Amino acid sequence: MVLNLPSEKVKPLSSTSETATLVVDTAREELLASIKNSLGEAVVDSHLKPGDDLWILVRTDAWQASLKKLRDVHSFDYFCFLSAIDWMPSPYGRGEDDPTEPAPERDTTIRPGYAGGETRIQVFVRVVNSTTHIGLNVKADVDDTTPVIDSLISVYAGANWHEREAHEMFGIDFAGHSDLRNMYLPVDFEGYPLRKDFPLLARMVKPWPGIVDVEPLPGGDSSDATNDGDES
Amino acid sequence: MTMLGDRQQLSYIASQAADARLNLELETEGMTLNIGPQHPATHGTLRIIARLDGEQVVWAEPACGYMHRGYEKLAEVRTFPQVTTLVNRIDWLGSFANEVPFILAAEKLMGIEVPTRAQYIRTILFELSRIANVSLFLGDLGVQLGAITPVFLAFRDREYVLNLIESATGGRFHPNFDRIGGLKDDLPAGWIDETRAVMKKLRNFCDQIEDLLFGNEIFQSRTRGIGVIPRDVALQYGLSGANLRASGVDWDLRRDQSLPMMWNKADWKVWTHPDGDSFARCWVRLQETRESTKIVDQLLGSIPAGPVMAKVPKIIKVPEGEAWVSTENPLGEMGYYVVSRGDLGPFRVKIRSASFNNISITPWLLRGVYVPDIVTILASLYFILGDIDR
Repeated sequence: MVLNLPSEKVKPLSSTSETATLVVDTAREELLASIKNSLGEAVVDSHLKPGDDLWILVRTDAWQASLKKLRDVHSFDYFCFLSAIDWMPSPYGRGEDDPTEPAPERDTTIRPGYAGGETRIQVFVRVVNSTTHIGLNVKADVDDTTPVIDSLISVYAGANWHEREAHEMFGIDFAGHSDLRNMYLPVDFEGYPLRKDFPLLARMVKPWPGIVDVEPLPGGDSSDATNDGDES
Repeated sequence: MTMLGDRQQLSYIASQAADARLNLELETEGMTLNIGPQHPATHGTLRIIARLDGEQVVWAEPACGYMHRGYEKLAEVRTFPQVTTLVNRIDWLGSFANEVPFILAAEKLMGIEVPTRAQYIRTILFELSRIANVSLFLGDLGVQLGAITPVFLAFRDREYVLNLIESATGGRFHPNFDRIGGLKDDLPAGWIDETRAVMKKLRNFCDQIEDLLFGNEIFQSRTRGIGVIPRDVALQYGLSGANLRASGVDWDLRRDQSLPMMWNKADWKVWTHPDGDSFARCWVRLQETRESTKIVDQLLGSIPAGPVMAKVPKIIKVPEGEAWVSTENPLGEMGYYVVSRGDLGPFRVKIRSASFNNISITPWLLRGVYVPDIVTILASLYFILGDIDR
C-alpha cells in the first residue's frame, strides 16, 4: 500500500483517551448509574468512553436476568449481535512463522479488555435502545473448563442464530438453546475455529509469501521496506 | 403488540389466523421441499428446507454455510490496511460501503481526523454503492414475480453507477479504495459533472420502476399483507435497514448517529412504512434510492478543496482498545467490533452483517405462508449470501 506521505516529519497521533477526557457524556453516565442501580450486584465492572460507547460486565449466573431487565426496564429493545472473544493471544502469532524453523516462544498471558473479566473466553452482546439510539455492550465471563452460559433466546428471539454461531466457533454451550447445530461447518468438524489456539492451517502448511519474498521496492528506499514499524 | 398501524394489525391477525388454521385442520401427509442451494430466487447459494402441509409451510429453515469464508479468523492474521480487501467481499453489490465502518473503527482507535474532502468523497461513494446495490434489488424483484422487464432496466442503469465507481476507484465491484486516514486517490477530472448526469438517469429509473412494478396490480396483490413483521418482532431479531423502517421504526444510522461522514450536510428524508409487509419493504427501498441520489447531488456541489489523505505513518499500528462502528449499509446495519492490542493487525474483529440478522427471522416469518410467497418474502427481505455467511 502506498500512502501519500507528507515530506515533513509525521506528527505523533493524539490518542483517543487524551481527547476523550475532554468530552462530558451525561446521557451515558446517567444511564450507567441507573443500570447499576437496577441490576445491583449483577454488574461486576463497567467502562465508559465518553461520547462513544458503554461497556458493562455482568456475573455469569445473572446473564439472562440482567439482559431481561435491560430490555424491560431500560428499553434496550434492539438486539444487535452476540459473539465471543478469546482473550488468549495466539500461540501462532500472525501465522508468519517459517515452518522450517522451530516456533518462537510467544507470550500467551490472558489480558481482558474493557470492563475487565477473569476468564479466557468472554461472551458479549450488543443491545440498543431504539428510541434514544444509545447502545450498550454487555460482557460475561465463561468458565474455561465448562464453558456454559444461559441462552438469551427467551429475551431476544434473534439470539438464536448468533448463539449457534458462537457455539460452533468458540465451543460455548448455551443452556436452554434447543438447537445448537452447526451453521457453517461440517457436522463432524473437530475444534473451535475462532479460538486463538486453533491454527489457521492455510498459513501453517506454506510459508507466508510476505516473509519469504522480502525485497526492496523498485526505486524505493530500502530501509523503509524492512522497517518494522518503530516510526508509529 | 405495541403501536401497530391499523393495516399492520389486520395483516398480522390474518397471518396468525392462517397459522391457527394449520393446527385445527385435519393433519395431512407432510412433504419436505428443498429450495436451492442453486435456485434463482436465492441470490447465491442459500438453501431453504421447508416442510409443507398442502400448499402451506409448516416449518422452514434456511441452511447457511455454503459460502462461509471465515473472515473473522482471516482478519486476525492480517494488518489493518489488508482487512479492507477481505471485507469488500462481504456484500459484493455495495462493496465500498463495507470498507467504511471498518476504516472508521480503526480511525476511532487511532484518533485520526480525516480531511473534510475525503469525508465528502467517502459519503458520495458510500451512497453510490447503495444505489448500485438497491437498484439491482428493484429490478430483481420483478423477476421473482415473473416480470422480466425491470431487471433489464436495472442492469442498464446500474451500469452507469458502476462505471462511475470504476472511474473513481479503479474497481467495479471491489474498489478497496478506503484507507486509514482518507482515500487512496482524489476524484478524476470531470467526474462530478458525469455523476450529476447519472443521478438524473437514476431518478428516471426509480420513476420507471414505480410505474412498472409498484403500480402493478399483480405485484401489489402478491406483496401486500404478505410476510408481515410487527415492530417489536423486528427489533428483537435485530432487523435493520429498510426491513426495520418498513415495520414503522424511524431509525436510520446515517441520521441518528454522529460519525465523521457528511450525511448531515445534505437535506434528505428517512422513509418509513407502517405496514411491515413485503410491499412496505420494497417501497421503502425504492424511496431510499431516490433519497440517495438526492444526497449525492447535494454533496457533489459542496466538496471542499484540500487533501484526501491525513498524515498517517507508513506502517500502521493501532493503539490498544475496543471500538464499535456501524453504518447504514445498503442491506442494513453493518458494524465491526474491533479489538486492537497495539499491534499491526486486529486482535479480534466481529463482523456484524445485516443479512445474517435479517435472514434469521425467516423460520418465524415463513411459518404458515403459501409456497409461492416464500420467494416474494425472501426477495423483499433482500439478502446477499456473502453478507450472511461472511
